[in-house]
Amino acid sequence: MLEVKNLSMRFGGLLAVDQVSLDVQEHEIVSIIGPNGAGKTTVFNCISGFYKPSGGQILFEGKEIQGKPDFRISRLGMVRTFQHVRLFGNMTVVENLLVAQHRHLNTNLIAGLLKTPDYREREKKSLERARYWLDRVGLLDLANREAGNLAYGQQRRLEIARCMVTEPKLLMLDEPAAGLNPAETRELDQLIVSLKEDYNVSVLLIEHDMSLVMGISDRITVINQGRPLASGKPEDIRENEDVIKAYLGEA
Amino acid sequence: MAAQNFRHALFCAIVTLIIAYPILGLNLEARGIDITLTGADTFTVVMVFIAAVVVFAFQLFRDGIMETFKSLPGLRSGGAHKEPMAENRRARIESWVITGIVVLALFWPFFVSRGSVDLATLVLIYVILALGLNVVVGLAGLLDLGYVAFYAVGAYTFALLSEYLGVSFWLALPIGALLAALFGLVLGFPVLRLRGDYLAIVTLGFGEIIRILLNNWTSLTGGPNGIGGIPDPTLFGMEFGRRVKEEGNVSFHETFGIAYAGEHKVIFLYLIALVLAVFTALVIRRFMRMPVGRAWEALREDEIAARSLGMSRTAVKLSAFTIGAFFAGFAGTVFASKQGFISPESFVFLESAIILAIVVLGGMGSQIGVILAAVAVTILPELAREFSEYRMLIFGAAMVLMMVWRPQGLMPMRRIHIELKGQE
Amino acid sequence: MSEALLYFIQQLINGLTIGSAYALIAIGYTMVYGIIGMINFAHGEIYMIGAYTALIAITGLATLGVTWLPLVLLVALVCAMIVSSSMGWAVERVAYRPVRGRHRLIPLISAIGMSIFLQNYVHLAQGSRNIGFPSLIEGSFRFGSPENFQVSLSFIQITIFITTLICMTALSVFISRSRTGRACRAVSQDLGMASLLGIDTNRIISATFVIGAALAAVAGLLLGMYYGSIDPLFGFIAGLKAFTAAVLGGIGSIPGAMLGGLILGVAESMTSGYLSGEYKDVISFSLLILILLFKPTGLLGKPEVEKI
Repeated sequence: MLEVKNLSMRFGGLLAVDQVSLDVQEHEIVSIIGPNGAGKTTVFNCISGFYKPSGGQILFEGKEIQGKPDFRISRLGMVRTFQHVRLFGNMTVVENLLVAQHRHLNTNLIAGLLKTPDYREREKKSLERARYWLDRVGLLDLANREAGNLAYGQQRRLEIARCMVTEPKLLMLDEPAAGLNPAETRELDQLIVSLKEDYNVSVLLIEHDMSLVMGISDRITVINQGRPLASGKPEDIRENEDVIKAYLGEA
Repeated sequence: MAAQNFRHALFCAIVTLIIAYPILGLNLEARGIDITLTGADTFTVVMVFIAAVVVFAFQLFRDGIMETFKSLPGLRSGGAHKEPMAENRRARIESWVITGIVVLALFWPFFVSRGSVDLATLVLIYVILALGLNVVVGLAGLLDLGYVAFYAVGAYTFALLSEYLGVSFWLALPIGALLAALFGLVLGFPVLRLRGDYLAIVTLGFGEIIRILLNNWTSLTGGPNGIGGIPDPTLFGMEFGRRVKEEGNVSFHETFGIAYAGEHKVIFLYLIALVLAVFTALVIRRFMRMPVGRAWEALREDEIAARSLGMSRTAVKLSAFTIGAFFAGFAGTVFASKQGFISPESFVFLESAIILAIVVLGGMGSQIGVILAAVAVTILPELAREFSEYRMLIFGAAMVLMMVWRPQGLMPMRRIHIELKGQE
Repeated sequence: MSEALLYFIQQLINGLTIGSAYALIAIGYTMVYGIIGMINFAHGEIYMIGAYTALIAITGLATLGVTWLPLVLLVALVCAMIVSSSMGWAVERVAYRPVRGRHRLIPLISAIGMSIFLQNYVHLAQGSRNIGFPSLIEGSFRFGSPENFQVSLSFIQITIFITTLICMTALSVFISRSRTGRACRAVSQDLGMASLLGIDTNRIISATFVIGAALAAVAGLLLGMYYGSIDPLFGFIAGLKAFTAAVLGGIGSIPGAMLGGLILGVAESMTSGYLSGEYKDVISFSLLILILLFKPTGLLGKPEVEKI
């Protein structure tokens, strides 16, 4: 469903991403790994439309999307999280989920002022959806807390729930396990697999935690210094000498 | 450490003297073409020195003073983790209080002087303006320094329509508001993608441009002389003047067989302003609970996250900008009708600054706070004449202090909580 | 030379004069923005206070019977610079340092409050009416035919050019050679990193405000003499113009401020000369809006990458 061909991104004189290609099929978890500063997040930013790529092609469900504004790409059904959690910290947990569903709501101002039946109906449905996902990620008890006051692991889960209420086709997670303890990482692991299995969402993942990546990925792409290094099934990557060298450093 | 503190304190005290004495202590006076320099009275000079001493003492014992402040209870907002659940009761009490105030405000003008009612009308105009600007600044987080331009659009729309086409207040009211909103839409569209502080400066530029145009387009707007003879509102075709001006209208006092009184008109205008202010407050309150209100807030909190969820930054910001402009247009029409005469002088940057001060002092985002601040800012200078001279000085200082001390305002916004029905 | 050309040259001279004074004020905006990323909205008032102090000093000297021009100018300049710098320093301490690092709008609102406060401070102390400023430097060179149109290049205009040139050169040397100047550049590159390297960033930020204020005071004296009168509000518009100049040249860039100031000055004087004096403010505000919309980095500024 997602196909990235020869993606390049240049900042001034620096070529941060150089000819990276990858693809995500339906019902698949694909991971991007690589050492720090390899350009993984830049790839994400290009795909999600925050950066305008300098070269290459990005196709989502067969349509070119490179250079489209970020919010349009998100509306196509491709939603992301951020390396440093970005919640609406002063809003409550449930408000965070309602904000995300604004596409499902009746945003007509007059309808809202008059509380038309359609408006009420949609408002009710989105509350239900929010409730469902809060329950699913175990945050229902905290629904009326300010999001900024949650513990870090809870914030991570809320960010994923916030993506899920938009009913995406492809979920892009930028280092979801960063800062989590082993138990939380295991929970996250199960959550991601369940998103794929039970909700039929494809996942594109950036992660450092090797055990997480190896355990759940269907395929892996390795990037080093902006260039593609290898790609394949987890077991192939584990054996790949270039990858081992890149990670251990050239001695 | 002590020696360093002492040096620093001395330095601060000297700076205080340098910035205070020449400006306050030596007064320039123009006598014809000659300028003379006179020393200020002893009181001022003594005050300057006392100020320097206070600064010195404060800086010297700064650490100690700060410690005492921190240990004072109530200054730190404690209990951040407590779930704010008792909100519902508070909200109910609040709406009772507001209803009470509105009822009181309905009957109050019949018992007081004409001047008070006139002033109260002005307060209500500021309430509408501040509530409108609050949408833009407080809720959507867009600093609009040219807000007064939309106020001017509303006022001039009514003035021009009545002068050239004889349009009445009731028709001009929606037209003025919609035209102001249209201005907001057209001006806002290109500029809203700018970063916050640049946006502020650009809106300031727009405000000034509109004022300069009003001032110089003499053939249409009368330039600095303004436009006069703006009609009063009518009540179902009844006029409030002594004599009927418009053909086909009847006069209020004759219809009801009561003696003519100038108060009728003033009270009527006050009631219109009151209804409009209540209307504004209610509509904006609804907006805050609607998806659009949440979108404003989300975009203010984290624009990138909001965009990643498919929110169009331009559309959301533009809605806030346009709605804010709409209410400014409302206020402008009422203002034109109240004054009967308008000129560009009523729409200078200072006016934008005053409205902004109201929003900031009221606690950006909070409606009750904004209403109270509007009342205070407008009435205080009238109550104490001596105060009015220092009015802007105090507003300026208060704005700085608010930002340093409590940027979220005196009465910060209450979060609107959403009940999850059937929560076990 | 034809009359039209002479008229054009006159407008050019007037524009460059005003423009170089704008550049002096613009330095304060551009340096502060370059270092802490805030618009020092009260900077126009600092400039206005500089002009008032200069006038107070000149009047004071006249009362004492001191009339030797170089001495009068020097004393007025030094007084204005001292008072304005102190004011700049104090403003930063009181209104900006406590809110540094908070959401972008908070320092800006604080700055607007400060601007209103300072305007009214001077208004209350010195009255609101405009007050005459002696021109001190009289006389001019004249070109062209006496019966048609004469171009006049007054000595005060020459003074403004030369003073601006000296100040700009001194500032460039200071920024590139001195220890404080190097620290300034380091802080503007990366405030956090500079403080890790042991640079006292608070001191550098204060220094920036002081330098900007001192240059604004120079402009205050020069423009006071040039315009011939001052009032408590005259800093506001001049501040906006100077900010426009800073943005035009590329905010954060010192040569940019100079370039921006000159372009803005010429654009304004051409508008007054060929259209109408009433619209010169419209031109500069429109210029500001257009630049911010289409090239927010200005002519010489560096692009900013949005951090995600």
